Amino acid sequence: MKPRPFNYIRPSSVVEAADALAHYGENARILAGGQSLIAMLNLRLVDVEAIIDISQLKELSKIQLKGDVLEVGAAVTQNRLLAWSELESRVPLLAKMLPWVGHFQTRNRGTICGSLSHADPSSEIPLALALLGGSVVLRSKRGTRTLTADQFQTGVLSTARQPDELVVAANFPLNMGSGTAFRETARRHGDFAIVGIGAVKASANEIQLGIGGVSTRPFVSSLSFENASDIIAQIEKLVWQFDGYEDMHATPRMRRDLVRHMAPLVIEEALG
Amino acid sequence: MSEIKASERVEVSVKLNGVEVSGRAEPRTLLADFLREACGATGVHVGCEHGVCGCCTVILNGVASRSCLALAVQADGAEIETVESLADADGTLNALQEAFRKHHALQCGFCTPGILMSLTDLLRRNAKPSREEVVNIVGGHLCRCTGYTNIIDTAMDAINSVG
Repeated sequence: MKPRPFNYIRPSSVVEAADALAHYGENARILAGGQSLIAMLNLRLVDVEAIIDISQLKELSKIQLKGDVLEVGAAVTQNRLLAWSELESRVPLLAKMLPWVGHFQTRNRGTICGSLSHADPSSEIPLALALLGGSVVLRSKRGTRTLTADQFQTGVLSTARQPDELVVAANFPLNMGSGTAFRETARRHGDFAIVGIGAVKASANEIQLGIGGVSTRPFVSSLSFENASDIIAQIEKLVWQFDGYEDMHATPRMRRDLVRHMAPLVIEEALG
Repeated sequence: MSEIKASERVEVSVKLNGVEVSGRAEPRTLLADFLREACGATGVHVGCEHGVCGCCTVILNGVASRSCLALAVQADGAEIETVESLADADGTLNALQEAFRKHHALQCGFCTPGILMSLTDLLRRNAKPSREEVVNIVGGHLCRCTGYTNIIDTAMDAINSVG
């Protein structure tokens, strides 16, 4: 299908983008890569008066190391971050997860912050941000505020972003954990994940586990264990804490089973 | 700040397969439709219109992209390559297209232009990709006829027969 008519606004700065958002509020959406938004416009799941295109804003296209975080601007595409030479050494978990985001062809336009703003419960980038304990920077005419991943994503396709705010950057903590791993199950590589699991090693018997696709938002839990059979027991406890998220791809029961099978492998890999 | 009203039709100019062309577009006009209807590049096939099938894949400013997930007004000033750029003016197929014909890598052909553009983009970045890399790229496309095996075998054959 084709989108309904909308006004197209191309601000020349973040200040102008915030002005346009202040004017239109709920009746506008920010367009960065468009790999979710334009699909939703085409399907007429989104119907707005104005589209504000920030994809060309130079001030939002930076990848920067700032203290103990990696700051990724809202116009940075997934493939650009994936191609950044320091990604594997600085945020190894992202280097492992990004190849699973959509297809090569969609990663060329799709952005890191756009994926966070879209807040699909099974998608990889919100899971990475939640698992690493990162944050999102929001800007409006009223000012700037930073929300943790946990504060930002509130549910299925829902965030704490106010109608006059735009996401300007995401902050990923650097050098987290001594080992990381990620696995995903989908109908075909690049499709929406049914279940995605990431792990960050905290110590020889403690791990941070992040699971996508089992709740209305990324599920993050810290596991401490004595031995391998203890890991299995802990995972069994964990799977009964899920919200029972269900869609056309899988039942809650299948999702629990996938976690039972995949989580031990991911943990083993992260522990090294 | 520039603003185009929903009802306005503005001139959009692109360099399409090396030639400057322009046409008119509303803000809501998808790049795929602009290329087909205003520029005559009907090799750009419109399948699912939400980024899943890959039929509309073109090379946009040097990278393979879904033209159904971009607005025509965003592409003003862009360089775009479509399947029309692959064969010579007299219709002689390029090596990749010839391999597709030789190995029967298509049946109905609806998905083929997108796959050819994704593979063209891949081969520019890496002249000797592994089978796994080819599978990854073809994984961004849906083909309801071939079962993919012939497409992947063909791409590998084209890659191995060059140099």
